[in-house]
Amino acid sequence: MELDEHFFRHESGRMVAALTRVFGVHNLALAEDVVQDAFCRALEVWRIRGAPENPSAWLMTAAKHRALDVLRRERTARTFAPELGRKLDSEWTLAPTVEQLLSAGAVKDDLLRMMFSCCHPRLTEEAQIALMLNILCGFTVDEVAHAFVSGHAAIEKRITRSKRVLAGAKKLFDLTKAEEFDARLPAVQRALYLLFNEGYHGASAEAAVRADLCHEAMRLASVLMESPQGRTPSTYALAALMCLHAARLPARVDSAGNLSPLFDQDRSQWDSRLIAEGQRLLDLSATGPALTDYHVEAAIAWVHASAPSFAETQWSEIVALYDTLMALRPSPVVALNRAIAMAQCQGAESGLREIRAIADAARLAKYPFYHAAMGELESRCGRGEAARGHFQTALDCARSPMEKRFLARRVAALESDPIRAASR
Amino acid sequence: MSEYLFLYRGGDNGRSPELAQKMMQKWVSWLTDLAQKGHVKDQGQPLEPSGKLVKGNRKTVTDGPFAEAKDIIGGYTLIEARDLDQAVELSKGCPIFEVDGAVEVRPIMKLSM
Repeated sequence: MELDEHFFRHESGRMVAALTRVFGVHNLALAEDVVQDAFCRALEVWRIRGAPENPSAWLMTAAKHRALDVLRRERTARTFAPELGRKLDSEWTLAPTVEQLLSAGAVKDDLLRMMFSCCHPRLTEEAQIALMLNILCGFTVDEVAHAFVSGHAAIEKRITRSKRVLAGAKKLFDLTKAEEFDARLPAVQRALYLLFNEGYHGASAEAAVRADLCHEAMRLASVLMESPQGRTPSTYALAALMCLHAARLPARVDSAGNLSPLFDQDRSQWDSRLIAEGQRLLDLSATGPALTDYHVEAAIAWVHASAPSFAETQWSEIVALYDTLMALRPSPVVALNRAIAMAQCQGAESGLREIRAIADAARLAKYPFYHAAMGELESRCGRGEAARGHFQTALDCARSPMEKRFLARRVAALESDPIRAASR
Repeated sequence: MSEYLFLYRGGDNGRSPELAQKMMQKWVSWLTDLAQKGHVKDQGQPLEPSGKLVKGNRKTVTDGPFAEAKDIIGGYTLIEARDLDQAVELSKGCPIFEVDGAVEVRPIMKLSM
């Protein structure tokens, strides 16, 4: 039996979420240990005999046996899930209760419940994402640190603290309370959005790591879409946005970890299946009165994804969409992107005027692509000296070797062939 | 052709689901490759890390484990090879070495000399 890529990771999330319902959220570490044991066991058996016909069921059974052992041994010393009351105390009810909680039907909502639990209002967005990666996506602390290009100690601290908050909440999020569900949904969507962005725009130079993060965000978004209450128009818009961006991922970072700008990308490498899926989801999102920033961002991504070439992109439409986005969620980065689109439809001088007019531009001072954009536009206006200055600042701001290489190559392209490079 | 028993000792299986899966896949492809080349007489079985030890005239029974975790035998495979040298060569592809484990290569004693 061939296993899906990342099968263990995904099973880990499902199993930890299910076991936490049995043990109680304050015993999260115990649930993680039991799952870890199940994996060790699977590895020992499967490495010699190969994976069984139904590997998920096999793993869950292994975890169930282990969980029953733990419950029998520790039920006097520890308290487990308070919701289960005395059901775990008697041998008559123990096994059937655990059996029922870990059955395939019951496990279905566990990921969703854990996802909502991780987006606890007392946690920062960074903490929510790290926690989701760790618990729901089976990333170890090292793997989270690696993905965020951060130190092990910092991430470990963040995750440990977050788990303490989760444990302090005493119980997992209650999915049956419609009002609380609706109230927390935006935070969950936001966390998934940021997780996706970490993959798409983040600091990691490894294409595989970035794709992993994007795929995890998309997997969790599809869990959200499976829930009748979770699949709101904004959830569809968020998922559409992810598909349309992910479609461009293969052309965006090459195997050597080099960033490729939109105008240079080989569009034949874009994933047409994902673009079609993005379009389908975008259609589904177009119901109801609410227009969210996810809708607008997805629409922008759609205009790019459906354009036959960089030059033939509907830039005026993109400018209009950025106007809407500025009204919904104004930020200097959105303003910068709007200005870049303006430069495409009304010329570089006009783009530069827009950039100079950005309110709050001080917040972009350390953003390398702010300076790079000015460099590009100055160079298009034939002002090589000014362009070089901006690119130098951009290089000084670069946050990773990948960004440094990208900017250095842009500078080289302008130096060697200013006319061609500037004609973009 | 002679027969050899590969005994898999120790090996840290780590705490990462992703690494565990990668390790598993390496094992499967290593053993599949040996099987395709006709070296696997019996793919063998995994062994529980615990058990009982029955010992001495009085048949005293004690609990396992019998060794340090790093020395516990986790499974075996029966291999066919030309000679001990070839069997040792074949064992070198085992992924257990990546995680600090060992393979014990033991010739099965021949009945007719």
